[in-house]
Amino acid sequence: MPVIWILTLILVFSIIGFFLGRSRAMASAGGDMRSLHSLPSYYGYNSALFLAVPSLILLGLWLILQPIYIENRISGLLPAAAISEDTTRSLVMSDVRRVAEGLDVAVDQGAMTADEARNIRTEFVDVRERLGSVGVALGSEVDAPILNAAQQYRELSSTMNIVMTVLVLALGAAGLTFSYVRTDKDFRARNVVESVIKGLLILASTIAILTTVGIVFSMLFETRNFFTQYNWVEFFFGTVWDPSFSGRGGLSEFGLIPLLWGTLYISFIALSVAVPIGLFAAIYMSEYASPRMRSFAKPVIEVLAGIPTIVYGLFALITVGPFLRDFIAEPMGLGSSSSSVMTAGLVMGIMLIPFVSSLSDDIINAVPQAMRDGSFGLGATHSETIRQVVIPAALPGIVGAILLATSRAIGETMIVVLGAGAAAKLDLNPFEAMTTVTVKIVSQLTGDTDFSSPETLVAFALGLTLFVMTLGLNVLALYIVRKYREQYE
Amino acid sequence: MSDATAHSTPATPPASSLFKQDDRVKRRNAAEKRFKAYGLAAIGVGVTMLIILVSSVLSQGLSSFRQTFVTLPVTITQAEFEAAEASMLKTGKYKKLIQRGLEQRLATAELSDVVAIKDAMGLLSGQAPADLRVAALSNQTWPLRQEFRFLANGRVDGYFKGRVTMEIAERDSRISPEQLQLSQQLADAGIMETRFNRGFLTRTDGSPTRPEAAGLGVAFLGSLYMMMVVLALALPIGVATSIYLEEFAPKNRWTDLIEVNISNLAAVPSIVFGILGLAIFINFAGLPQSAPLVGGLVLTLMTLPTIIIATRASLKSVPPSIRDAALGLGASKMQTVFHHVLPLAAPGILTGTIIGLAQALGETAPLLLIGMVALVQNYPSAPPAGLEDPATALPVQVYIWTTRSDPAFVERASGAIIVLLAFLLIMNIAAILLRRRFERRW
Repeated sequence: MPVIWILTLILVFSIIGFFLGRSRAMASAGGDMRSLHSLPSYYGYNSALFLAVPSLILLGLWLILQPIYIENRISGLLPAAAISEDTTRSLVMSDVRRVAEGLDVAVDQGAMTADEARNIRTEFVDVRERLGSVGVALGSEVDAPILNAAQQYRELSSTMNIVMTVLVLALGAAGLTFSYVRTDKDFRARNVVESVIKGLLILASTIAILTTVGIVFSMLFETRNFFTQYNWVEFFFGTVWDPSFSGRGGLSEFGLIPLLWGTLYISFIALSVAVPIGLFAAIYMSEYASPRMRSFAKPVIEVLAGIPTIVYGLFALITVGPFLRDFIAEPMGLGSSSSSVMTAGLVMGIMLIPFVSSLSDDIINAVPQAMRDGSFGLGATHSETIRQVVIPAALPGIVGAILLATSRAIGETMIVVLGAGAAAKLDLNPFEAMTTVTVKIVSQLTGDTDFSSPETLVAFALGLTLFVMTLGLNVLALYIVRKYREQYE
Repeated sequence: MSDATAHSTPATPPASSLFKQDDRVKRRNAAEKRFKAYGLAAIGVGVTMLIILVSSVLSQGLSSFRQTFVTLPVTITQAEFEAAEASMLKTGKYKKLIQRGLEQRLATAELSDVVAIKDAMGLLSGQAPADLRVAALSNQTWPLRQEFRFLANGRVDGYFKGRVTMEIAERDSRISPEQLQLSQQLADAGIMETRFNRGFLTRTDGSPTRPEAAGLGVAFLGSLYMMMVVLALALPIGVATSIYLEEFAPKNRWTDLIEVNISNLAAVPSIVFGILGLAIFINFAGLPQSAPLVGGLVLTLMTLPTIIIATRASLKSVPPSIRDAALGLGASKMQTVFHHVLPLAAPGILTGTIIGLAQALGETAPLLLIGMVALVQNYPSAPPAGLEDPATALPVQVYIWTTRSDPAFVERASGAIIVLLAFLLIMNIAAILLRRRFERRW
């Protein structure tokens, strides 16, 4: 039974359970609501929750674990002979899955009876042609062991599906019965319902932790695989980035240094654009601007933060890049590439202006007025007050804002994908195309990915490096803000 | 004593006064002016950049909403239809039928002896026969006799939009200057015209060689499905998390850990979420590539911190007196939260959710990693089954088009960005209006 039907069934039964529970409670109180411990609807919720929650949890776990279990079983059944020299077990398994899905499609479209799909043999039928006729294209001829495994795969999944449906619905029924039997006018339904809800709230709040754990583990695991195939010293200290394309053979070189150089160079240019502009904009808005000016300028600058990065990327690609090439780089003989460190850096700088300005604005506003008044009273001009009193007082916060902007710059992807180029180079000329960590993650992971080749796995090592760098910057920013923040009362 | 000091000072006039500035004061005042000008200039740069950015996108992209069409009469008899459907090269047969219409139209415009029919057919898009076939397949009454509006070739379209010139056509293998002159004649005769391009919003991506037939239909559906998944998951989970952290959680290490995690997730680069999606949802859990379901899950994880932060802020802004009053009347803690605090915080939560969705709608990088860069020719089916069909999303479609070699796709990409920005604008305005309408000051 499709999962969506099971979900619908659970929902419908929960609603029925609600009314059952409530009416039983009312009946046990003899129709007098006052003698119930809780409001009648709580008895209903009690029944509905006991039906839905355990069965949904079981369903979720089952859906996660079933493919893994089937995979292992079928993979174990495959004879070693079916895996020839030049492929791996996982590739053969993907063939098996594909054939199994093809058989499903064929049965769905009526091109094959269910019986036929279960029993066809490669000796008698050209399976590839039969499946091709219903629109399932297979890469190679179907071998007998693969077809066999695919048939077992189908069989096993359909049995497991039936078992799952039965178990989930049975668990739901059991939950309903349990709560129904317990329902009585003295039963503390509200307390039970509230603790179940509280449990669900706690469960939801752990998702944040699960996400972080998922990020770290998925990357750690694949990075470890990568380092079993490639020396970590060469990765972190290599100066050549030259992956060979998978399938062509040859040795790949994965040196992190050129990527890191490109990332840091672009971030540096971006920050040298964003920090002065953002900081001065923040100072002007919080210190000089009239309320009307402020109410106009602040939202306009913040719009820059709401524009998707792909828009900046396209802006770099079609406007800024050609402009820099035609009017600066080529006349000065610095290069003829429209994607360059300067292009990406400038555009990223524009993107980062609001990050610097709105955070700094808040921080400057938090500096107490008394400090300014004191400075004015001693005869300082407004700008002297800002430079010598306000900025020093707000400095930890401003440094924090700049660090956060740096972490944005390092992790930014679309602007550099479209604006910076793809050549991994160690160069000082800002009008050369260079590349970054994020660009290489995208280029290694888009298209066909093979989780056994270092060409794919290196992206996880890059991702982990990126994650550690940005996390470090964020933690540092938080630390600086907390440690050096002046407390004014 | 005071007399003595007064007399000891020399009788020279003071070096400066409020009325006459000395050099130092002048310098300080000039510095003050400069400083203020820097600030104003910084804001000016920011605003100018925004204007340049928007006008660059608009100037490049607005033309994609208009398209050059050729209007031709087409007649198909049932026999011709069946013959075409039975043949191997179906579109070839339909092309013949279009050619017949074109010859007829050229004859009535008295152009037939001026032009070679092959040149004239070259003005049509490669998509035209396929479009005619779709119309024929859904036709009921034979013979089919109708005026059809066929897409013109991308180069011809570019000519009318000023992108393709005679010099370019000189060097182009796919169009000749003669053909451009011919299309000018056709336009003068009223056979070819540039009009609003509905197909840009509804068609599928088509093929990399037919920019004129590329549309945003699949991207729309993909983005819509993903937003549905994000809304269905991120809103309940985010609100539940915030309620727990704000109203129930004891102050201990566990809740500290959760809070630190949430603020860190808000700052993790988006591409890392893509890696997570690829490794966990696709590689480990075996969900299909390029599916809106996977994209939605990844975007949910990205949007959660935004929603949680907004929800917590709006829960915090509900005054404690409301909670105290409810508790004092005998409501349980849970009833207090769900019956009183949550409804009062709802506008703030809604605003935060819309802003989170707008962020998710514009996100590109993680979607590239979960395989959304494939060319998708078919619309995904209706949900829930459609959630697992391959699709693209609006920002990803922009990226795909920028990677194509035909310059006509740059126009398409800019057009897609205009659509994307329009959606974001609507969502943000909705959020602002909601906040204005329902915001309560306690």
